[in-house]
Amino acid sequence: MTAQTTTREPAPPAALPRQPWNRHLAVVAVLAVLLVPLPLVLPGAQEAVVVRVLIFALLSIGWNIMSGFGGMFSFGHAAYFGLGAYTTAWLLVERDVSPWIGMAVGMVVAAVFAVVVGFLALRYKLRGAYFALATFAFAEMLRLWATNSDFVNRAEGYHVPLLPENSWWYMQFEPGSPNYFWIALALTVAALVVSILFLRSRAGQFTLAARDDEEAAASIGIPVMRYKLMTMALAGAISSVAGAFYVQYYLFIDPDLAFGSSQSIQAILPAVIGGVATIWGPVIGAAVLGPLSDVTATVLRNPPPFLEFLQGRGGLDVILYGLLLIVIILLLPKGIYGALRDRWSRR
Amino acid sequence: MTSAPAAAPARPRPPIPWGRAASVLGVIVLAIVLAYVQSGSGIVVSQAVVTGILVGGVYGLVAMGLTLIFGVLDIVNFAHGAFLALALFATYWLVASTGMHPYLALGICTVVMFALGALVQRGILAGAMGRPLENQLLITLGLAMIIENALLMFFGADPRSVALPGDRGVPILGAVADLSRILAFAGAIVLAGLLFLLLQRTRMGTAIRAVAANHAGAELVGIDTRRIYMLTFAIGTACAGAAGALVAPLVTIEPTTGAQFNIIAFVVVVLGGMGNVVGALLSGLVIGLAEQVGGLLLPGQSPLLSVFIVFVLVLFLRPQGLFGRSG
Repeated sequence: MTAQTTTREPAPPAALPRQPWNRHLAVVAVLAVLLVPLPLVLPGAQEAVVVRVLIFALLSIGWNIMSGFGGMFSFGHAAYFGLGAYTTAWLLVERDVSPWIGMAVGMVVAAVFAVVVGFLALRYKLRGAYFALATFAFAEMLRLWATNSDFVNRAEGYHVPLLPENSWWYMQFEPGSPNYFWIALALTVAALVVSILFLRSRAGQFTLAARDDEEAAASIGIPVMRYKLMTMALAGAISSVAGAFYVQYYLFIDPDLAFGSSQSIQAILPAVIGGVATIWGPVIGAAVLGPLSDVTATVLRNPPPFLEFLQGRGGLDVILYGLLLIVIILLLPKGIYGALRDRWSRR
Repeated sequence: MTSAPAAAPARPRPPIPWGRAASVLGVIVLAIVLAYVQSGSGIVVSQAVVTGILVGGVYGLVAMGLTLIFGVLDIVNFAHGAFLALALFATYWLVASTGMHPYLALGICTVVMFALGALVQRGILAGAMGRPLENQLLITLGLAMIIENALLMFFGADPRSVALPGDRGVPILGAVADLSRILAFAGAIVLAGLLFLLLQRTRMGTAIRAVAANHAGAELVGIDTRRIYMLTFAIGTACAGAAGALVAPLVTIEPTTGAQFNIIAFVVVVLGGMGNVVGALLSGLVIGLAEQVGGLLLPGQSPLLSVFIVFVLVLFLRPQGLFGRSG
């Protein structure tokens, strides 16, 4: 038995040969316009759910670029999320720098980290399980380092200092303010637009070619390494924005929240459930997963008689995530959007 | 399972790469000397070495199950640690509710986990055989999430513990080790030896190794590969179950305890060469030492950090593992 898993069949090209990019952009624009008035009609408690959906989506859009379109399975996406979160929090708390600047710096830090991880992993030709385990190891190393370093406040993490009044400069508003939703919406729309533009550009097409057949791509002169690193940098930067916004919205970050493996899993789940390597997969998956934990929390607060013994217990939402993950992979391996798209195009 | 090549190559190599084993040993000795220089206390170092080796045996047992599953089914099993956690709680529950001896629970856990492994493979994983690697990885991840959080839901997050009757400190080489730790090490080594004999000396073990070496070839000579897949996954899960019962007296029992073992088991598996059962046991000892001695070398950092540093270096420089051959 060889140590490397080289026997894997190349995945069939998931993207159609000619994607209707302009239609995707138009749908993004229409959706964005339709969603803008949402916080004005939703009751306050629901807005938190919608914002969480957007954070999920943003994180997963980044994962999907690297693992879906780039074909490099990341099991340590918490690294980029956490770097975005910690950069923003550190700059704000220790240096009084605006989160907007922190977000931009965090994108750069995450992109550089992604390039370093990617360079090492690709230089040493890690594939499949080995690549996934390497990304996981880097995220865990960041978590352990953050937990034990005075530089970033050890296991305590950071609380964002509360301001007496609203401030756009410090991205802080009264709880439940629609501004949070609009910022998250703008960031998610921007991430979608960037990923669509990237995929229809030459760089994006080269990336897809390198994913589907690396040797063929290299033989027609595509510098595979460069495009893979570019893809990872872009993915890292997008996911770091999710982390930066997370800190501003929840006003708190610690090493487990930032770099823990559950964050890596939350980057994977929406894309897998919605559809890997599709533009809309992460968004649809996030819209399915985001409300789930609130539904279970509500159910468990006033449980029906047969669930009474579970009152006040945690964990049911993650159990449902796990069940959903298994069911989707066994029954709809292309995800919700992928399955729907196949049905439409067969007509 | 590269320890016994199925088809003899033209120039047979010794079953154990002595040169590499010597260099690994050299690095370990160097690390121990450096740890002595850094800490300046012989007792501290010998305590670390003894604890490291004892813990390493258990890591080896956990990793043997994981590497067997990887070698035969080509599955990166993220649920392995969750199965271990399940066995921990089963042991706790058996001991707490019936007052039985923890080592009696060991037998029950091993059998039950064997059956559960067979059930999970046949019921869930068989549906995704032959699909891309990520699919199986994600299914086992889903399983891990379900098991861990089911434990959280039914037992709550409070840490629990199991006491071994008659547990006491035993002096070894100037250090003190708990009797439960020594027995866990001994049990792990015995079980690892049994697994090795099963793989090398029985018809079933030969069939398992044949499937690992060549799926299609094994089918051609009449091996029921579907049955072997199920058996292998069951044996691997039973390893996690046995390890769970063995370490129950040593660790705080929480739903997340299994995940920590899972992480270490992955490191051990890669270090030993994916699919290499003997390599997994030896690497378990190496990682146990790296964790304890590394904790002395990098004071103030988590002992796991040194484990990951070893892991990443091995992943990059020797992805076939310390004890594997370059493919």
